[in-house]
Amino acid sequence: MKIPDLTELALRNLRESLLRNSLTTVGISVGVASLVAMLSLGIGLQQLASRRLVKSGLFDTVVVTSRREMRGMSREEERNGPDPGASRILDEPTRQQIEKLPNVVEAYPDIRFVTELRFDDKPHLTMVSALPESAKSNDAFDGMQGVFFSSDSAPEAILQKSFAEELLGKTPALGAPEPNVSDLAKPLLGKELIMRYAQREAAPAPPLRANQTSSGDDLAGAAYSVVSREQKLKIVGVSDLDPESMRGPMRAKVFLPLKLAQGLHVMQPTDLREISHAGDQPVYSSVSVRVKDPAKVQGVEDSIKKMGFTTFSILDATRSLRQFFAVLDLFLGIFGSLALAVASIGIVNTLVMAILERRREIGIMKAIGASDSDVKRLFFAEAGAMGVLGGIVGVLLGWAIGQIINFGTNVYLRRQSLPAEHFWAVPWWLVGGAIGFAFVVSLVSGLYPAGRAARLDPVQALRYE
Amino acid sequence: MASAPVIPAAKSTIAIRSEDVCRHYRMGETVIPAVDGVSLEVRSGEFVALLGSSGSGKSSMLNLIAGLDRPTSGSVFVQDRDLAKLSREELAKYRLHIVGMVFQSFNLIASMTIAENVELPLRFAEVERSRRESLAREALDRVGLRARMDHRPSQLSGGEQQRAALARALINRPKLLLADELTGNLDSRTGTEIMNLVREFNQQLGMTVVMVTHERTLAERYAERLIFLSDGKLVDDRPNTPTPHSAVEVQGVRS
Repeated sequence: MKIPDLTELALRNLRESLLRNSLTTVGISVGVASLVAMLSLGIGLQQLASRRLVKSGLFDTVVVTSRREMRGMSREEERNGPDPGASRILDEPTRQQIEKLPNVVEAYPDIRFVTELRFDDKPHLTMVSALPESAKSNDAFDGMQGVFFSSDSAPEAILQKSFAEELLGKTPALGAPEPNVSDLAKPLLGKELIMRYAQREAAPAPPLRANQTSSGDDLAGAAYSVVSREQKLKIVGVSDLDPESMRGPMRAKVFLPLKLAQGLHVMQPTDLREISHAGDQPVYSSVSVRVKDPAKVQGVEDSIKKMGFTTFSILDATRSLRQFFAVLDLFLGIFGSLALAVASIGIVNTLVMAILERRREIGIMKAIGASDSDVKRLFFAEAGAMGVLGGIVGVLLGWAIGQIINFGTNVYLRRQSLPAEHFWAVPWWLVGGAIGFAFVVSLVSGLYPAGRAARLDPVQALRYE
Repeated sequence: MASAPVIPAAKSTIAIRSEDVCRHYRMGETVIPAVDGVSLEVRSGEFVALLGSSGSGKSSMLNLIAGLDRPTSGSVFVQDRDLAKLSREELAKYRLHIVGMVFQSFNLIASMTIAENVELPLRFAEVERSRRESLAREALDRVGLRARMDHRPSQLSGGEQQRAALARALINRPKLLLADELTGNLDSRTGTEIMNLVREFNQQLGMTVVMVTHERTLAERYAERLIFLSDGKLVDDRPNTPTPHSAVEVQGVRS
């Protein structure tokens, strides 16, 4: 029999015992719905987690240090790599070279120094760090009061919450509730800070003494003097970023725009070590490289390593995160499939009942020329049709359950004054996959009944009343 | 095959030949010989009645000729095909294209309309839908049931149902029409109408007809030849002549 005829006959037969077949189909729908609900929860949570992580900037960032820093190197690297003393310096041309690598969005130097800031004529010693403009989209600044820097070189500062407390002399007692960021920001926004820092200024080389020999051209211009300077900064924002967390530049309590910080030529610890090498190009202790896509991090890391630098990223953490979600999805899928397995027994039951009921009909069909395979395919088609119908209804049901739970959870989150989240996702592959899976499960369930119907002896079947 | 025109075959060719065919059923320890060593020949285009009381094995013999059942021993040849050597699929094809069957209880599928019932064999033969519909109309025209084609079997009288069953048996233009007590559930007037249709198929379309019945008068009225079975054995086989003869006197065909 041709497929359209087969489908038509199958649907007609399903309509004949409408109640029983509908109940079986509802069974499949519930199975598929639970599968879809479970898996879409898993997928949704995974998407939520990776969305958060990508936004945090941790997973698309590679931190590059010179081997000369001897930082973040494993023992193996220390043994196998070139001698730290002989390896490359992380200077401005190198940074530009890294920025030109494929899949790199930006490469910015990590400028960080401890210095004195004066507010209300009181000195405060703290760690200052420079932020690139791209940090604006980083969720580390989601809870910030005020605005982000007006430009990359504006004389402006963003304070960390605990430093704001320190400036206002409001350091809370241990165990006391933390003050609100907006309360801290109000008296500070728009106020002025004065930063005192040590500026590195190129100086003419001192004349060589008699017993000294010039070691080469690279010494020329390497001499500099250190001058104390002051820079006025306008406070534009107060961030509730926890300096001890992994998010954002660690331990810094005051942030400056990157271009402004670069222009200040603040004396860096590396300056002392690289004094024998440094030309007029600035040398960085580390450079942060932002990669287009967390999946591309490994490739970028490899090419930077090939250039002779040490790199660090939290790629391994994402890897185990993916593994965790794969296992979670598997378990959720197994639990979801249990209901479908029960439903498949319902299909077997319905079809076996149908054989008993339609025994005579099968006999008639065989008597007028239906082959075993015609009868088998007819029962398969009925099972398959129930599977597809149940699959479609099940996906809709699963999607609706997801929407309801998502809505309910968000109502709860809002009551707890937490931001709403979308942790429910039904991707197209899940829709197709669930319907396909229901179809396959139905066909497998139909195997036994269809085989039994096909083997029916027509003489016996025709005698049956 | 469905649309192949049936050319009335010369009566000299053999349509059905059985050679010492047996069909024994086993019921626990006992063996029931439903058909027990029957040898017969039916010529193409012949109208034969298989007569016998109930349990004589006439329906079992018909099922063997129809390819619905297989003999325990011996063989049945239909148009030189040894049915015992055909696979299940080949037997299904044989039933589809060579044989048309009608039953006492009509055996129409209750969930389908008359037209759908009639065209069902064409679905198995994978005939195009449009061609199926025209063939079904044609067959229903022949049995005078065109007006009822969209009705369900339960909405029709017994005679109409049997006519629909005849239309279904006719649809694939079979060479062989096998009828199992087809007037058994009908009153005599309707039975006559149905038998007239069968005779028409035999004479106009050249179909070979084998009719199983226990009504001797019916058989004598329509069949050209009467074959008597008793306890699974052939006890008489003679041409249907107006004067009744004793079985042993005329043919002496006993197994």
